[in-house]
Amino acid sequence: MVVFFVKRLLMSLLVVLISTVIMYVLVDLSIDPLEELRTSTAPNKDQQIANRIAQLRLDEPVLTRYFSWLRGAAGCLYGNCDLGENWQTNQPVTSLLSGAVGTTIQLVGVATILAIVLGVVVGVVSALRQYSGLDYSITFISFLLYSLPVFWVAVLAKVFLAINFNDFLTDARFSALFIAIAAALAGLVVSAAVAGPRAARWRNFAMTAVVTAVLLVYLNLTNWFNEPSIGIVLITLSSVGWAFLVTVLSTGLRNRKALYSALSVAALGAVLWLPMLYFWDWARDAEVLGWPLVIGALLVGLMVSAGIGLAWGGPDRTRSARTAALTAIPVSMMLFVDRVMQSWGSYNDNQLIKGRPIATLGRSTPNLEGDFWIQLIDTFTHLLLPTATLILISFAAYTRYSRASMLEVMNQDYIRTARSKGLTERTVVMRHAFRNALLPLASIIPIDIITLLGGAVLTETVFGWFGMGRLFVVSLGGNQQDPVMAYIVIVGILAVIANFVADLAYAVLDPRIRVAA
Amino acid sequence: MSTPLEPTGSLEPTGAETVENAIELKDVEGLSQGQIVRRRFFRHRGALGGLLTILLVALLAYSSIGAFGIPGWWRFDHLTLGEVQNGGSPSLSIPGLFGADTLSVGDHPFGQDEIGRDIFARTMKGTQTSLNVMIIISLLAALIGMAIGAVAGYFRGWVDELLMRFTDLFITFPVIVIGAVLGNFAGSAGAFWLAVALGAITWTTLARLVRGEFLTLREREFVDAAKVAGASSFRIMRKHMIPNAMGVIIVNTTLLASQAVLLETALSYLGFGVKSPDVSLGTMISEYQSAFSTRPWLFWWPGLLIVLIALSVNFIGDGLRDAFDPRQKRIPSARAMAKAANAETVPASPSPSTDGNER
Repeated sequence: MVVFFVKRLLMSLLVVLISTVIMYVLVDLSIDPLEELRTSTAPNKDQQIANRIAQLRLDEPVLTRYFSWLRGAAGCLYGNCDLGENWQTNQPVTSLLSGAVGTTIQLVGVATILAIVLGVVVGVVSALRQYSGLDYSITFISFLLYSLPVFWVAVLAKVFLAINFNDFLTDARFSALFIAIAAALAGLVVSAAVAGPRAARWRNFAMTAVVTAVLLVYLNLTNWFNEPSIGIVLITLSSVGWAFLVTVLSTGLRNRKALYSALSVAALGAVLWLPMLYFWDWARDAEVLGWPLVIGALLVGLMVSAGIGLAWGGPDRTRSARTAALTAIPVSMMLFVDRVMQSWGSYNDNQLIKGRPIATLGRSTPNLEGDFWIQLIDTFTHLLLPTATLILISFAAYTRYSRASMLEVMNQDYIRTARSKGLTERTVVMRHAFRNALLPLASIIPIDIITLLGGAVLTETVFGWFGMGRLFVVSLGGNQQDPVMAYIVIVGILAVIANFVADLAYAVLDPRIRVAA
Repeated sequence: MSTPLEPTGSLEPTGAETVENAIELKDVEGLSQGQIVRRRFFRHRGALGGLLTILLVALLAYSSIGAFGIPGWWRFDHLTLGEVQNGGSPSLSIPGLFGADTLSVGDHPFGQDEIGRDIFARTMKGTQTSLNVMIIISLLAALIGMAIGAVAGYFRGWVDELLMRFTDLFITFPVIVIGAVLGNFAGSAGAFWLAVALGAITWTTLARLVRGEFLTLREREFVDAAKVAGASSFRIMRKHMIPNAMGVIIVNTTLLASQAVLLETALSYLGFGVKSPDVSLGTMISEYQSAFSTRPWLFWWPGLLIVLIALSVNFIGDGLRDAFDPRQKRIPSARAMAKAANAETVPASPSPSTDGNER
């Protein structure tokens, strides 16, 4: 097994090495560094051309240049990196890359996680309701999303999500018609997803529609969009809701101990609401506020919740602990979001924002000053559009994958066995089917993530994020061999790693795949 | 009495599944494989809609401004500059939309750009380019992928190893990256060469699938039979194996085609694909995106056509996949099920076909 993987890894690295030769030659053919000089009218045109040929060593054979490039690149293995430079600005490529990588990770990270979660949930629901109206609608929508050109959608998103939404924010009121349509739509989707006999469908429809309408009216009445907050009442109510939902999905409501642990976590969240606000203020004054602290607080929260689950005792207390910890995630996220929202007003009134918060270009507002919360909101408003665009596209693919794999699993014999021995539908779906349906995704997701890390080329271009993809496009368009090659090497190595991780994940998760080599 | 192998009629209908199977089998009685596939395809509503849409789009695009040297019926072409009328806004009006009450086309149904070029003619020209590029890419990719996959899967051993490592060379990078590098110089030579370049890099998925298919097919009896009869390797592949792998090839070529449209337009948008004076739907969007707030119509049509083409091809691919997949079952309607169940229970004596068997 180890031998097999090592052999594979070495083979793939060899493939990357060979492909860099080919790509170096192709890039050399593709670009023309003398382009703007050829059409120049300067009197010393010939002299300039000769200078540039000497500067870029264009008179030497392409393979000679490749090997000298490779020598520099090989230096990266022992910390003496020389990937060449941008010949127009004389910036070393390594410094260009370091900024671009961070930008891309920020852009792609959130989008990928959200797309995977949403795609898997929708795909699984669609598979469970196969051949229903909901299934057909989801299939149609995912086909539609799959056929959308990113660059076109991105421009539409700029207009409709940013400009029009910013206009809407100046006088944030929903019309009665909008509320009615939104309520009906939400009711339809939920009742179709939950399904059941006709009476139950009507009940679900009515309940969801009323809740949606009440929520929207509440947003209207409280002028929510200008002073957004969740508030202690909503936090308490929805925490209890989350507790029930998580318990239903993870152990079922009949496991009382699990339900009580989840409810205790919800209660703890509500109790901690006010102290946490003071805690954040203290942290800001003590200047320890930042992502490490936030993540640390989340981890502490998870551990405390798991402890609560264990404390409820009983024979299956580990499951109570798991349920409690799972409940803690949405509850603590709500507490966090509530705190972020409290800074919204001061962000919105900022001189640089002028009440038009949703940004269409770039990664952050230049020269914006403010504490952690303000910067966080700023990042969020800049991430919103590109993330939404990226999600739309990859969401469709994940929906298709997870639907297909869930259908495959639901037709297996062991599902029939599980049903026939009298397990509840929840146990069959969540324990026997869902886990196995995730298996094929384990081999797709790493490859997808790495492909995206190579840069959401189009999204970065439209939204003006200077990430990896944009670096590639600009360098190729600007006839820059070295940055393009650096990009290609990184993407190639990332692809090898991704394939390796995918194989490894599959072998670890699925014993049938293990190779005896 | 019937033999246990007899599939229809004689078996006791024991449940919904049997009835379903009976309906299914009765459906395809006496039809060839090709006929079954065709029937299933034309029953797939999405696929049929997709096919009609793409045919209509192609008809409109090729006939309106003409193609391959034959003039079309539209009075403008994509290059002629004209006088900007009415601020260049579209003259198309459809009853019920945008407060219009008559159906009229007018001079410039899709509007004009700032130098007076007719957007309808330009969109149609771009559609032609995208369709041509799509067809060339998918045919070329299908041919290369089929050849490489077939040879690798049939001969196995070092040939397979070599060809698959060769395939890995292309899979190392996202298609859009190699496409951009190749398209940057192939695009300058014209849309045709761009399509050839893209076709030469998009065959990898198909090659892998065909190889997998061939690895299982070569173990089948009919291949052994052909070998014993003395057929050459080339003949076995061409006459016996490729026809059996045709389902996989057709389905994936179709899905590839829809990705090809998006790839070409994306590259053209980035400036590494079709280059001016050639028009592509992607270059139109990139040219006109800054004018979106003032002249949105410049931007709507090319995007809508890309979506229309890609969506229809995707639906056709989906329909083909269902049609070729033997495991794919249409769920009969409740009425058909009840009818079949009744028909099964009524005749107490064996059906005529089993009688024939007995004699």
